[in-house]
Amino acid sequence: MSIAHTTETGWSGGKAAVSALRKVATSFAVILTTLLGLLVITFVVGRMVPADPVIAVIGDQADQATYERVYKQMGLDQPLYVQFATYIGNVAHLDFGQSHVTKNPVASDLARVFPATLELATLATLIGASLGVPLGIISAVRKGTWVDHLARIVGLLGHSTPIFWLGTIVILVFYAKFGLIPGGGRLDVYNEGLVEGPTNSIIVDAILAGEWEVLRDALLHLAAPAIILGYAAMAYLSRMSRSFMLEQLRQEYVLTAKAKGLGQRAIVWRHAFRNIRVQLLTVVALAHCGLLDGTVLIETVFAWPGLGQYLTSALFFADMNAVLGSVLLIGIISIAINLLSDITYRFLDPRTR
Amino acid sequence: MATRSIDALHNWLISEEFTSSRQARFHKAYVLWLNLAGNPLALGGFLVVLSLIVIATFAPLLATHDPILQDLTMALKPPSAINWFGTDEFGRDVYSRLVYGARTTLYISILVTVIVAPIGFVIGATAGYLGGWIDVVLMRITDIFLSFPSLVLALAFSAALGPGIENAVIAIALTVWPPIARLARAETLTFRQADFVVAAELQGAGMARILFRHIVPLCAPSIVIRLTLNMSSVILTAAGLGFLGLGAQPPMPEWGAMAASGRQYLLDAWWLTTVPGLAILVVSLAFNLLGDGLRDIMDPRNA
Repeated sequence: MSIAHTTETGWSGGKAAVSALRKVATSFAVILTTLLGLLVITFVVGRMVPADPVIAVIGDQADQATYERVYKQMGLDQPLYVQFATYIGNVAHLDFGQSHVTKNPVASDLARVFPATLELATLATLIGASLGVPLGIISAVRKGTWVDHLARIVGLLGHSTPIFWLGTIVILVFYAKFGLIPGGGRLDVYNEGLVEGPTNSIIVDAILAGEWEVLRDALLHLAAPAIILGYAAMAYLSRMSRSFMLEQLRQEYVLTAKAKGLGQRAIVWRHAFRNIRVQLLTVVALAHCGLLDGTVLIETVFAWPGLGQYLTSALFFADMNAVLGSVLLIGIISIAINLLSDITYRFLDPRTR
Repeated sequence: MATRSIDALHNWLISEEFTSSRQARFHKAYVLWLNLAGNPLALGGFLVVLSLIVIATFAPLLATHDPILQDLTMALKPPSAINWFGTDEFGRDVYSRLVYGARTTLYISILVTVIVAPIGFVIGATAGYLGGWIDVVLMRITDIFLSFPSLVLALAFSAALGPGIENAVIAIALTVWPPIARLARAETLTFRQADFVVAAELQGAGMARILFRHIVPLCAPSIVIRLTLNMSSVILTAAGLGFLGLGAQPPMPEWGAMAASGRQYLLDAWWLTTVPGLAILVVSLAFNLLGDGLRDIMDPRNA
């Protein structure tokens, strides 16, 4: 189908618009099936659990009549496809069920913990991108020199380090031995609850409220986990931007630019970098996605009250509604980020139109 | 005399005028080895992986203590001549647990590879070979699995299956096969219309025969490279699951779980967390270096 599109030339504007619409429709269909698949996976995982969901609600002391009533109430006597339809309907209404541990609806729990994770992952992505992209470009330009080798080793180390372990060591050295960083959590106790903002991101809320002392404290708490996650992102981004840049530097326009006497700085930043911007945006989005993974472990280490810690403590108490809600949220975010980067790609790169 | 025969062997191996297919096969392996030996980082990675295998195999000989036997009078002792890496909170020797932990790591890596390589290949190659709606459906399923961050997916599955090393292996395998399937599909597509495939089809070869006799040997190098590079993320995910208490169950020694239990005694016993973490780092770095080197050697397109 894509071949047919590229070989037919000389289209009128109307036809181009129709084809653009069709592309959008196709990608929406793709997104919908992916979402459906996601729901199938979480539904199946929920049914695979060896524990009896009814017992989890009523306890093992209840009599047979209560058991059957709750069994019917939970819809477990219905055929599986009806249960699945009910499940989709619930999720569409943002109803992920109730958490056995916090006794709150999972959806409201998620709304409470997610901003903390988003704050951490976003800052980490910014750190990773601002260090990793220049590092990758420099090592592409100076391919084969010591800079390149050093960048490669730094990148490989970032790929190979167990992130939970690095976090533990950082706490041991910088908190326990030198007292340079706070021990964990988002704020010191005496700053807790000073800002109650609209966004639930302490940094944004503190700026909005003008609480500079709280902002400083929040940034201090954020620094260590964000730098560790940022290092992992940097490893990935430097590798990707190196290979993107190398591909550009092989192109003939670079040779032309050299021949007309353009300096290396201008070639790299004004010509080659412009051409890899879109690709870079995509991998930064992917890195942001990947960090949602990393936060699960780092939040446990730094007692960061975010999605990751919520998920792991739910795992610990076999609180399946909370587990599946978190997993579904992370999956939906991944799809959304992929979709967004896909759309920006289409928008910024004229060749894909 | 000895050097002469080694020279003769070298010449026999390096010569490209093969007299038998066996010689050609040895030649290929020998050239691969020479290339590997010429790349110090990849060689280092190879040696570490090799020593992991050796340590895991001969763990009972290399360990100085029983890895499971508890001795509370010896709890939390710092590294010494008797306990090279100290002891843990139950008085177990950390060095011996580390040595036996190599078995767990290797067990997980091998099992995941054995599960994932055939599944990924069959799904990807079938999609690429048959094309049409089968391709669309199979690749859609692959993409759904790819859209989850791998650790989160593994967490969800091991939560459902319950803790334990076998379940951890299944959970990890579920996250590793999609990239393999993608790769196998891409490789199959490039060979789908090749003359030798068409010739085999004309001779009446069925799909299974074409895939396993003709496509597998051509896909194998890139799949091996991918698996080697993936191995580091398999080890890190396994360690992460162990860290969260979902992987290997106590008292089985597993590096991630060892690092996790050491966290409670972090201030008094730094070695408990540091040593197993370093072991994870070294092994996963080694797989990355080896995979990188193999890719440079076997697949120069992506170097």
